[in-house]
Amino acid sequence: MEKKELVKLWPALVALTIGAAYVTALLAAERQQMIITLLVLGIAAAVGAAWFGIWDAVSRSFSEHETSMGIFTLAATIAVAAYFHDNHFVLLLVITVLLYSVATLGLNVQFGYAGVLNFAGASFFGIGAYTSAVLNSQPGFPHLLVLLIGGFFAALAGSILLLPVLRTRGHYAAVVTIAFALLFKTFLEVNDVLGGPQGMQVKGMNILGWSFNDNIEIGGVSLSFYMNYFVLSLMLLACAFVLVRRLERSWIGLNLDALRLDETAASCFGIDIVRWKITAFLIGNFLIGIAGALFGMVGGFVAPNNYTFADSLILVSILLLGGIGNSWGLMVATIIVVVVPEKLQTIQEYRFLLYAAMVIAVLLFRPEGLLPRPVRQYFPGWRP
Amino acid sequence: MSALLEARGLMKHFGGVRALDGLDIGVTRNEILGLIGPNGSGKTTFFNVVTGIYAADAGQVIFDATEITNASARSVYQAGISRTFQRSRLSLPLSIFDNIMIGNHKRLNHGLWFNLIDRSKFKRELERNYHDARALLEVFEPGLAERMFEPVAGLPMIDRRRIEICRALISAPKLLLLDEPSAGMTHDETAELMDDILLVRARNENLTIIIVEHEMGVIERITDRCVVLNFGRKIAEGPYRAIAADAQVQEAYLGAA
Repeated sequence: MEKKELVKLWPALVALTIGAAYVTALLAAERQQMIITLLVLGIAAAVGAAWFGIWDAVSRSFSEHETSMGIFTLAATIAVAAYFHDNHFVLLLVITVLLYSVATLGLNVQFGYAGVLNFAGASFFGIGAYTSAVLNSQPGFPHLLVLLIGGFFAALAGSILLLPVLRTRGHYAAVVTIAFALLFKTFLEVNDVLGGPQGMQVKGMNILGWSFNDNIEIGGVSLSFYMNYFVLSLMLLACAFVLVRRLERSWIGLNLDALRLDETAASCFGIDIVRWKITAFLIGNFLIGIAGALFGMVGGFVAPNNYTFADSLILVSILLLGGIGNSWGLMVATIIVVVVPEKLQTIQEYRFLLYAAMVIAVLLFRPEGLLPRPVRQYFPGWRP
Repeated sequence: MSALLEARGLMKHFGGVRALDGLDIGVTRNEILGLIGPNGSGKTTFFNVVTGIYAADAGQVIFDATEITNASARSVYQAGISRTFQRSRLSLPLSIFDNIMIGNHKRLNHGLWFNLIDRSKFKRELERNYHDARALLEVFEPGLAERMFEPVAGLPMIDRRRIEICRALISAPKLLLLDEPSAGMTHDETAELMDDILLVRARNENLTIIIVEHEMGVIERITDRCVVLNFGRKIAEGPYRAIAADAQVQEAYLGAA
């Protein structure tokens, strides 16, 4: 123990505080000029920090104290939400970031670890959302259970879809998911039971009589009803994050890396390629489905146009941007991809163009993403 | 003296090419068998057929009194055969430790509960395996054992070979197949690696090795016996000195006089 070199906690903590303050400022800013200034400042600060080697110190400190930093990140997120406690719009944006993060964590298990590309992320998200639309209207059906069922259906659909092709090598699976993404939207549009092109209303969450769609009054302070969803989404993200992180830092994560990098070598060391690919795909889809089910309840409405192939591409672009395989990186990327176009009204129309440019730039200049995945550390700060 | 591995009449054709053409090979327990022959004589194909990468067109492979003809790569590994590859096939972005652990697959617990929930138990297994891997790597290169959590990508070829051999040895196989371990290395590096292999064998009486190699110096130094292949058939067999004097072997290598 005494030989263990001391890596200080404060660089990561300072970086997190600055990051949280920055996101708060960005979310609070209304005037376009102000937002543009903030974005330019943010980019300059990030580049400057990299230039002066500050990132290295921060990331070392972060990975060494990851458990504490996880708790601080939770606290910071709660602080941001508390600051905007009565602002419906901002809270909805924060919830979107949280739930998209859960979904991209799922994609990360599939693509980042097992190497199975999923271009139907939004469709599986949609399966979760439609599950809550249908089941929430059944009187007496426990709504928390609906989340699990949403995840289950997404996993089920995924396994039916991919079982036949996972045995083949190459990117057949990716092609099948593209076909599914296109098919899924058409299926919803022609299906009258599910509301057709107009979609369906989703009843808000109600747990033991506590309705999530009512504003909250605590000691004279009124909170937006979105605070309910915020708390639940944050809990979901925390669980999903711990699960995915542990998965990566286990023999299972090692199996997935081995088969992604070299299937032949992996099978020569006894790794059951099909079994682990399917396991990864099921776990990933389960997370995507749960996130979708909750997102359906948050929005109160589902329609085929919300779950298109283009939306799936956005999820994949978050993964590419964040750093494939890096769970922290993809949460940062989710914030960028969800918040920036929403705040910067001037680029709203060009947002797909912007994503495309961003993905191309990343692939060209930083192919491992903004925050590349570090070498596996089985436990934070573990030195045997 | 019982055979650990026996191939009988092994055939493997690729289109019109007879990579293996009725090959018979027997390997005795605890011996180091050299497999030599000109390029394209079927040495690597033999390894690939035995380890389940290719299916044989005809013939039999018997390992440890069990038939493993056309068994999957997974079950061959489970039965106790490990290998290295001619072109090093490590997972470059992963650490040294991760790469060695890939080879230890059959001795690790892959349960979801164990890996995701019961982390204290997982940590104990992790630490036990860390010490095993470290001890094995120290036989080859103590310097590498200090760098277990560095990615393999930055290491020179000799270190990659060492790690590849550790990956094959960590699961304590009965039979180790080495496919041209000297490829891409200098003369001195090769000599060093062979010393290490002999040391590992000296410590482990139950290890049998088949080595494919073009460096005749290596073959002469470490093998107990050699089998010479040409056009997918065995053309000679015996100790290196006898083989080297064999007219048929010389013809295969140098062409007819």
